[in-house]
Amino acid sequence: MMTGAQALVAALKKQNVNTIFGYPGVAICSFYDELSTSGIRHILVRQEQNSGHAASGYARITGRPAVCVATSGPGAVNLITALATAYMDSIPLIAITGQVSTDLLGRDVFQEADITGAAEPFTKYSYLVKNPAEIPRIIDEAFYIAESGRPGPVLIDLPIDIQTAEFDPAAAQVARHLPGYRPTTKGHPGQIKRVVAAIAEAKRPLVCIGGGVIAANAQTELQTFCETAGLPAVATMMGIGAMPTAHVNYFGMLGTHGKPYANYAVKQADLLIIIGARVGDRAVSAPHSLEGHAKIVHIDIDPAEIGKNLGTTIPLVGDAKTVLAQLTEAGAQANCGEWMDDLDDQRRLFRPDFDHRHDGSINPKVFLRSVSMSMEDDSILVCDVGQNQSWAAGNVLMRGGKFLTSGGMGTMGYSIPAAIGAKLADPGRQVVAVCGDGSFQMSMCELATAVQHHVPIKIIVINNHSLGMVLEHQDLCYKGNRYAVELGSSPDITALAAACGLQAQRIAKADQCAEAIDRLLEADGPALLECVISPEETTP
Amino acid sequence: MKRTISVLVENKAGVLSRVSGLFARRGFNINSLAVGETEDPAISRMTIVSEGDEHTIEQVEKQLNKMIDTLKIKLLEDGSSTRRELILIKVEADTSTRGEVIDIARVFGAKVVDISATTLTVEHSDRPERIDLLVDLLRPYRIQEIARTGTVALEKGCGTIGYKNK
Ligand SMILES: Cc1ncc(C[n+]2csc(CCOP(=O)(O)OP(=O)(O)O)c2C)c(N)n1
Repeated sequence: MMTGAQALVAALKKQNVNTIFGYPGVAICSFYDELSTSGIRHILVRQEQNSGHAASGYARITGRPAVCVATSGPGAVNLITALATAYMDSIPLIAITGQVSTDLLGRDVFQEADITGAAEPFTKYSYLVKNPAEIPRIIDEAFYIAESGRPGPVLIDLPIDIQTAEFDPAAAQVARHLPGYRPTTKGHPGQIKRVVAAIAEAKRPLVCIGGGVIAANAQTELQTFCETAGLPAVATMMGIGAMPTAHVNYFGMLGTHGKPYANYAVKQADLLIIIGARVGDRAVSAPHSLEGHAKIVHIDIDPAEIGKNLGTTIPLVGDAKTVLAQLTEAGAQANCGEWMDDLDDQRRLFRPDFDHRHDGSINPKVFLRSVSMSMEDDSILVCDVGQNQSWAAGNVLMRGGKFLTSGGMGTMGYSIPAAIGAKLADPGRQVVAVCGDGSFQMSMCELATAVQHHVPIKIIVINNHSLGMVLEHQDLCYKGNRYAVELGSSPDITALAAACGLQAQRIAKADQCAEAIDRLLEADGPALLECVISPEETTP
Repeated sequence: MKRTISVLVENKAGVLSRVSGLFARRGFNINSLAVGETEDPAISRMTIVSEGDEHTIEQVEKQLNKMIDTLKIKLLEDGSSTRRELILIKVEADTSTRGEVIDIARVFGAKVVDISATTLTVEHSDRPERIDLLVDLLRPYRIQEIARTGTVALEKGCGTIGYKNK
């Protein structure tokens, strides 16, 4: 005989899970009891939301679903923000929640929450397990659903009596039963031909790279496609890093906080080839305005994304990696030398604000560019939300590494836990988290996690003593009525980090940057650099 | 424009709430929704009547298709499908009006299924438009209660939704 908890641990091992992120409580204790002798490493976060974000960072590096665990009621509910964040960015997660005993379900007993119901809009699928013999099948299905097609989080709610119940392993359900789930990966050959023809005809074609390219691990295929076809490309925030920043064919991030030449390219293009992007409002604020003057090719693994926000001339359902290879193989070739020259001029004319500040204070754009240049080529940069995100997105020089952020949901507090997850996924790679003082305070409890579990992440806090992005919005849209955006001078971030056991330093002058960055990146264990800047620094 | 969508789903807990949640969340209209088991007890058929422009209906179809529990989906054209709705109407009727109500029911081919000193209950199954008409005609007699199922529909001829469980 075997218990539900034993079946769960065995099923996770079968999926080669070796690290999970979680936070226990009585409704999940039977699972923890089994976990203790399983050989699977458990990272005890300090708040359940961060177990989800850490799993997200882990999954984005390994490319496989990562596991986060919480107890019933408040633990499960704390996970929701992380599920929503992962769902929006199509990150494969397996969330396991404890639940009250099946005989008590629906009676509003202590720490009961309808988590499958509450998380329904933010999960690709969910299970409420009612029979321990289902566990092997459910775990197998959950991993398959989470990572295939358009990836996303899957939640498994596991009542405590199911964890402890015994069943005969011979009676276990093992066969996957998903008759309604058939993701398409290969692009339709007829549509591929139409795209190739549209590229040949276009005068001003443009590739728009989304996070789907990275999710599909199609960076190489993308570059080959753009190079051989001679196509210019721009990226959404989620697509940053798919092409090296300095690539001749690459024209930066588009959108509200994007590069003017990238937005120029989008406006002028007569053919837009959108790959793995949702065409969200931050990327294209008025998508319908494009429909008139440009043909739209939309390539996505999720058919429901195609035509959702933007009318499409040629829909192409498939996995970005497969489809890009198909397009190259089909001989896609653009004839747009003049257009490339035009875009090149636009890019050359752009003058970024890399100016020195008269008072010797730090220009965050220059600072973040220097950080990225000091980082190793294949390193991972995780940035948070706010001005710090825009400064990072706009100024880091990607050279084959990864840029992780909460693109769709814009969840403050993402960077530190996600960096912990990313570092554990690939300890050999340098991992740097960039956050503002506001977002830092949303997950500063995880400094202790990094120290306790010896995760040598490097954290940069851009401290403007305010919720800079909101302050800027109030300046622009509410006549400068700055309200509820000043964070004051507590806590002393450097002292706090030191108290948690990180190597910590603070700088406030431009001439201190180079040395401080070196010291940060060379630190042995987890380290933090607080970079104090003026609250008057603006996003553009 | 009203469209009738036929959806085969796995017959298991939570599917109906997933479907209705999807409609609510994405702002799609549901004019009616009828669910029932099919010839295969593992499969239910939902017949959903939804109102929206071409683009919205396409999104409804795609979002429904994206659901893991959805097996097959088909938009049914009015001309080429048989659509039916069932209604029970309790209408006021005493000796002076009973005959008129029964006459109306008879014209529609409806059945009188219950009677009391002051009411008649009429049962009728028909195309939704005809059901609406019946209701309109009985309204002057003071309708006490109505229970209507949603529309159910099947394709005319030998065509089916085209799904077979292995
Ligand atoms: C969880 C959450 N709450 C609120 C917001 C709204 N918001 C967006 S940016 C921002 C300010 C971020 O401040 P900080 O982290 O200090 O970064 P800065 O903009 O100053 O660089 C806020 C409050 C959000 N994105 N996420």
